[in-house]
Amino acid sequence: MIVPLHYYLLLAGALFATGAVGFLLRRNLLVLLMSIELMLNAVILTLVAFNRMHPENHGGQIMAFFIIAIAAAEAAVGLAIVLAFFRLRSSVRADEATALKG
Amino acid sequence: MNIIEIAFFVVCAILTLGGGLVTVGSRRAIRSAMGLLGTILGICGCFLLLSAQFLAAIQLIVYAGAVVVLFIFVIMLLGSAATSPHDARSAVPRYIGAGVFLAASIGAVVLIITAAGEVTSALPNVPNDFGTVERIGREIFTKAIVPFELTGALLLVAVVGAMSSARGKQPDPTLSPLSRQGEGSGER
Repeated sequence: MIVPLHYYLLLAGALFATGAVGFLLRRNLLVLLMSIELMLNAVILTLVAFNRMHPENHGGQIMAFFIIAIAAAEAAVGLAIVLAFFRLRSSVRADEATALKG
Repeated sequence: MNIIEIAFFVVCAILTLGGGLVTVGSRRAIRSAMGLLGTILGICGCFLLLSAQFLAAIQLIVYAGAVVVLFIFVIMLLGSAATSPHDARSAVPRYIGAGVFLAASIGAVVLIITAAGEVTSALPNVPNDFGTVERIGREIFTKAIVPFELTGALLLVAVVGAMSSARGKQPDPTLSPLSRQGEGSGER
């Protein structure tokens, strides 16, 4: 293969950093969930790239498969929570979630 | 062949990173969803380059077909409320946190680049059936059968939880309209 491993690692690291910075900077709950999806995508790219480095088994790809399933479940539940929050506050800003503030 | 592969990787990387930046930076939520779609397509191309055909198909079906569509459904359901007008409040701690994380990730990238010269990172050749549905299915149903079944249970619980939490508290039809009025504020 021509493209070496560390290119994929660099791409995954940059994508993870993008997602994490977006998660810290943004206040829109929908964009926060999308940032989590970005980070999960970076992680599964890393897993698949390392699995390609050791092609005698498929552990990384199977792990990525489970992560995709869990990400789908997380998106469904997270968006349901966003909808419930919107019904309560008529807004999707994370700043509005102050019901637990002392 | 080589130049095609490198060009394909570059296109996928640009799609991935550009999509990620659009997702994070766009003010409108629908553009963020489209950026997420671009990221997913780019990652799918990377999977094809890494000879993970099965995962590329799964990525397209589950992420592009289900997760992004779910996001777009919710954005359409929320309407104009999905776009937050301003992000001004409590901005300084957020910028500090993001800056610290950005510095740490730049350090990690520098570490990867410096380590790349010392370790061999050329990818080895793979057997013909690497990443096919048959091989992965065999491994999942022999080595990882318990997590696979537990994933099924997790998805069932997630569907039930999503339904119950998105529906909220329904008014009890047996109650009279007078006693129903206080329920909206008592929900939290």
